[in-house]
Amino acid sequence: MHKSAPTLRTKMDHQAPPFFKHGPSPLARFVFFALISLVLMVLDARLNALDSLRQIISVAVAPLQRLAMTPAELLDRTGSFFVTQARLQNENALLGQRQLVQAAQLQRMQAMQAENAHLRNILGVQQQRGESVVAAEIVYAGRDPFSQKITVNKGSNHKVLAGQPALDDVGVIGQVTQVYPFSSEVTLLTDKDQAIPVQIVRNGARAIAFGHGQDGALELPFMAANADIQNGDTLVTSGIDGVYPAGLPVAVVTKIERNASFAKITCMPSAGVNRHKQILILIGEVRRFQKPEPSEPAAAGAGDGKGSILKKKRD
Amino acid sequence: MHYPGSPELLKPASRKFILLTLVSGLLLNLLPWHGLALSFRPDFVALVLLFWAIREPRKLGFVATWIAGLLMDVGDGVILGQHAFAYILGVYVAIVLHRRIQRFTLWQQALHVLLLLLLLQAAMLIIRLFGGAAFPGMGYFLSCLTGAMLWPALSLLFLLPQRGRPGSDSVYSAGSKGL
Repeated sequence: MHKSAPTLRTKMDHQAPPFFKHGPSPLARFVFFALISLVLMVLDARLNALDSLRQIISVAVAPLQRLAMTPAELLDRTGSFFVTQARLQNENALLGQRQLVQAAQLQRMQAMQAENAHLRNILGVQQQRGESVVAAEIVYAGRDPFSQKITVNKGSNHKVLAGQPALDDVGVIGQVTQVYPFSSEVTLLTDKDQAIPVQIVRNGARAIAFGHGQDGALELPFMAANADIQNGDTLVTSGIDGVYPAGLPVAVVTKIERNASFAKITCMPSAGVNRHKQILILIGEVRRFQKPEPSEPAAAGAGDGKGSILKKKRD
Repeated sequence: MHYPGSPELLKPASRKFILLTLVSGLLLNLLPWHGLALSFRPDFVALVLLFWAIREPRKLGFVATWIAGLLMDVGDGVILGQHAFAYILGVYVAIVLHRRIQRFTLWQQALHVLLLLLLLQAAMLIIRLFGGAAFPGMGYFLSCLTGAMLWPALSLLFLLPQRGRPGSDSVYSAGSKGL
């Protein structure tokens, strides 16, 4: 403790006299906190070691987020209150029609599912997972300009787990990568670090689609220049990674360049987050695979919950 | 007209008020911005932090700055420490320069703030580029411009509670003599 008696220096302008206790200088504090931040960033980005800290901080952020959402929700609700009756009737008729068509399809599908399960039983093949879904609403989209992520309003309290696939009515959107109690983050297929195993519907050829980042496209690397693939080919999930169930539409091939030894194939995702506010999350259990040995060539997108993301980072 | 550069005497800001402005900054940042509005959205938390770093450098702690940064990191779902580091850097530079910046008129201060905000964004950009992200385009820096344009309004608003009631004491007249 400094105990010097007050002197003339007390009258110095704004700055407190030096014999008062200041603590460390701004520079020292800056260096200290900057170093902690750097350590945090390294731990988080390279080692994924800070999940629990993130959960704790999210407890503080969640009420603020909910409060910030209220005005928009109120606006939304008032907006939907003043919908015209004609529009509602039209919509109702349309939905009724669609429901009829889908009910017919559903009946056929149930029969086929039963048949499929029976055949698989006979062949001794592993049963396909039964899937249940949870509908979630998009809260934030595109907050971080560096990655393609959305935040939805269902979290671990609704049985959402990291690694579960997210869909809309057309196809795959992405994968849940971070779960909080009441919300979760979905990384879109178009994210630079996201990969998904796909299959061409026309000929059954398998490939992996990687996100392209900003422009919202996917690409298929590692396809030979003479590979049998055409513009307009539909890609669906192949299901061999255990993350995405097989047969969900992913993308349509839009551009093929066959100049080099590998073709440069660009596809546009079938599903999109710009059209709806609702998405579906498949909340079946996440199957965890053993990581392949480093010497082996990386198997196509196989991995645990966050596998498809982590893999590409390591390459 | 008073502006913070004038030798107007102001009451010191209360810590409660500083906390209140920080929380409202967080709330504004967490509003569901998307699309074009999102790229124009100024970083309100950064603005509030810079304001208090320049105005009351002894009252805004690095701990508060750092915690606000972590909250933004989780709110935006980015790597932990990205905003925290950028805010710490900005607040440090603002504290070092606060006497100089206070001398200027509001619009000249806004220019300083523009540079500080650009510094913040650049720090975050560099962090993400090191993390392997792609450059998101020059639109990334748009929010700095809107932030700097908000500065004069924000300063006048935040200094309101620190002005004495007109006529109640001599604070006002002392200020106008200075002009």
